[in-house]
Amino acid sequence: MTLWHLEIRVVPRPGLLDPEGKAIQHALHSLDYEGIQNVRVGKLLYLDIEAPSEEEARKQGEDMCHHILANPVMEDFDIEAHRVIEEQKKL
Amino acid sequence: MKVGIITFPGSNCDYDLYKCVETATGNPEFLWHRDVHLGDVDAIMLPGGFSYGDYLRAGAIATMSPIMKSVKEFAVSGGPVLGICNGFQILCEAGLLPGVLLRNRSLLFASHDVLLRVENNKTIFTSEYDAGQILRMPIAHAEGNYYASDDILEKLEKEDRVLLRYADIHGEANTSANPNGSAFNIAGIINQEGNVMGMMPHPERAVEEILGSVDGLGIFAALLAHLEPMSNT
Repeated sequence: MTLWHLEIRVVPRPGLLDPEGKAIQHALHSLDYEGIQNVRVGKLLYLDIEAPSEEEARKQGEDMCHHILANPVMEDFDIEAHRVIEEQKKL
Repeated sequence: MKVGIITFPGSNCDYDLYKCVETATGNPEFLWHRDVHLGDVDAIMLPGGFSYGDYLRAGAIATMSPIMKSVKEFAVSGGPVLGICNGFQILCEAGLLPGVLLRNRSLLFASHDVLLRVENNKTIFTSEYDAGQILRMPIAHAEGNYYASDDILEKLEKEDRVLLRYADIHGEANTSANPNGSAFNIAGIINQEGNVMGMMPHPERAVEEILGSVDGLGIFAALLAHLEPMSNT
């Protein structure tokens, strides 16, 4: 078994009203960042998982998203997987 | 008629509901989220509050509570289930009702009275009201902005499954009467089978004159009247 580090990004679906993103966009505009558009606010989840392969680790991450981590009515998700090397384990 | 009221960690309207079911001459009983069996209850109510601190998404983690498996079975077998506020969010997350409750359009926690127009009074929850009747009840939520895909919204409207809509004193469901940005001013819906209802406003906080309104009592009176003949058989 190998330890995999998953980064799961959950973001509001395109076109869905994201009032938090909008409020942040207004704040950025008030700081004179005028070119800013389409600010979206989502969640980033980190977790470590033991799995025989990257493919299996990702698959389990996707299952978790389908079951609870994301709500498909309002959110999309994507997953990044990295192998956790021994030095990182000790930290 | 025994009404099971489920307490999740973070529920805060469970005692209000208990009192309210008593007022409507029902027999309330608390159920704990770790319970596995519902016992011999005739109806289930999911109270408002902030189950699991609204972590992840409002209502999401409560759907994993042990008792929710039994609630789903109860609902699928036709048992009446009412979810109020966080209870509505839980029912949506559990897939017992379509759609989702997004963050309020204003980003603010909305806590004030609203007016509701009764859209469909031919259900076990709304039969005590007249169609078009205007009700006054409080809301208290940050995620009450009802959203669903266009085809679901169309289906809800076509099948008369929007039971309550935010409206003004003249019964107009316009933008200024919409406290949270809900699609089509939707405040409460019912499932296709007609036994699971979810609503964001708090009928249990509008059951005594001293609370400013008794308009919420009708929901409980209607449900108990529906259950009464069943318990005599």
